[in-house]
Amino acid sequence: MLKRKRFLFAILAILPTLAIFAYVRLYPIADTLRLSLFQWNILSKNKPFIGLANFRELTGDHLFLDALVNTTIIAFGVLILTIPMALIIAALIFHRTRSRMAGFYETAVFIPHVVSLVPAAMAWKWIFDARLGPLNAMLTFFGIPAQNWLFDPVLSVICIIVLCSWQALGYAVLIYLVGFKSLPVSLYEAAKLDGASGPQSFWYLSIPMLKPITLYVSVVTLVSGFNVYAQAFVLASDAQGAPGRQVRVLVLDMLENSFRNYRVGYAASEAVVLLVIVLVLTLIQFSMLRERGRA
Amino acid sequence: MTVELAMLHVEPTADELAEGRRLRRKKKLTNLAIDMFLLIVSILMLLPLVFLVANAFKTPAEMLAWPPTVIPHDPTTANFKTVLADTPLIHWIGNSIAFAVMSTIAIVATSAIAGYVFGKFRFRTMNILFALFLATAIVPFEVYMIPLYFEAKSLGILNSVWGLLLGYLVMSFGIFLIRQNVIHSIPDELLEAARVDGAGEFWIFLRIVLPLLRGALGALAVLAFFQAWTAFAWPIIVATTRSSYTIEVGLALFQTGFTVDLGRLSAASAIVLIPSILLFVILRRNFVQGVASTGLKE
Repeated sequence: MLKRKRFLFAILAILPTLAIFAYVRLYPIADTLRLSLFQWNILSKNKPFIGLANFRELTGDHLFLDALVNTTIIAFGVLILTIPMALIIAALIFHRTRSRMAGFYETAVFIPHVVSLVPAAMAWKWIFDARLGPLNAMLTFFGIPAQNWLFDPVLSVICIIVLCSWQALGYAVLIYLVGFKSLPVSLYEAAKLDGASGPQSFWYLSIPMLKPITLYVSVVTLVSGFNVYAQAFVLASDAQGAPGRQVRVLVLDMLENSFRNYRVGYAASEAVVLLVIVLVLTLIQFSMLRERGRA
Repeated sequence: MTVELAMLHVEPTADELAEGRRLRRKKKLTNLAIDMFLLIVSILMLLPLVFLVANAFKTPAEMLAWPPTVIPHDPTTANFKTVLADTPLIHWIGNSIAFAVMSTIAIVATSAIAGYVFGKFRFRTMNILFALFLATAIVPFEVYMIPLYFEAKSLGILNSVWGLLLGYLVMSFGIFLIRQNVIHSIPDELLEAARVDGAGEFWIFLRIVLPLLRGALGALAVLAFFQAWTAFAWPIIVATTRSSYTIEVGLALFQTGFTVDLGRLSAASAIVLIPSILLFVILRRNFVQGVASTGLKE
């Protein structure tokens, strides 16, 4: 009797949230999967089922493949830059935890992660600016020819990687700091008694013990890298208002197909590709964690 | 007794004392080097933002100066005046604030209720529902935003705060965070005692559970606010009229204009940046707590 009353309360309490959740999350996800199998151009009433034809077309679509390659390079570029730097910076901040400056370091590294993306990207746009930017001014000062950073297809990808890493670093450092604080102090004391130096215990103790954290941060960084959009939009848009002409990324290609070319089904199939990438990354994370647990 | 103790205590030799001093000096030097390194990293991280704010006060001529100045020689507010006159910047900021505040309220409310139910009512149905919430958490927003856009369209709420809100009503991570807090910080005995005293379930949630969750809800609120405040992909497809832009979208589109120079762009950016940095510094503890708990998955 009492249990039934409690069950009733639980159901009634969860119902509104569940309804919202179903409407704004479950249904759209299911709809993405469904639409990816259809041809739909918004305007027309009929929406023929075309099976996997969208996906087959994707494999030969140069714009899409371009976007996929760029996005993958950006995601892994950010990963390679961010993780080692974050690990070292977090270790050093943790080492100086008791100093008065620790709070300042933490805040300074973290601020780029919280500030609004577009204004922050604007700062970098100025740095990279070919005519006015300090980067080129510095290069010419050292006798290196100035580069057209934001208009060169290769260099502009590098610019996006730098901007994304600058933003991702603070998050990674913060998570690593949580990790460092959870490591057993006694182990480090034992290592010290055995004569291990600071760098030695960092290399042989911290890095192996922080592996689950590294895995987690890596997957989060990669997933957000694959969803990159605003950074490319701001950095690589030119004065003619053609956003992202230089650097095509997945989300941009998807939005263009949906809202400029009116090919919603096709765009949905791109979204499914994005989803598969994210799922595979997450599965790799889980399986690696489980392996560790068994070993 | 005292004699024995005195005998146990061995005076360190001069050599040992010198060795100790050397080690301590070495440690001090290492710490100094680490502090120098971290200081340089911190400054480098902040430098782009510092320059941005500095540029906002510069004349076009000074923008070109090398090396760039941190404190303008001849500070001017002309950039701010023209940008505020040319663009509805304040209106866009208002849109962003309205959107972020409403999204925060929605996320805190849904997370508090769902987190409590999932944490304390361990029926089979509830566990299945919770698994559903968690499973969708890994699906990035970008994957399902196109169908969501058509939902907003059929509701007739495009180009409005309500349309923006539609994408940011629930947060899977928020539900997870509150559930963890409910499990760890609200003892079953407390709830049982209240029930024995005849308290209704709703009263218990409102008067016992919510006050105990204040810290976690605060952290979540800060996270939710910044999440909406910095949103980009969703606002840019839902808010497409000049009067409905959020500040992020407004700025991003404004900078593609023909006649825009860096001074005015910097001024507009600085107007957006300074309040959000201040807000972050004030709410830093809440924020760090919230973000840090994202890494503490069990």
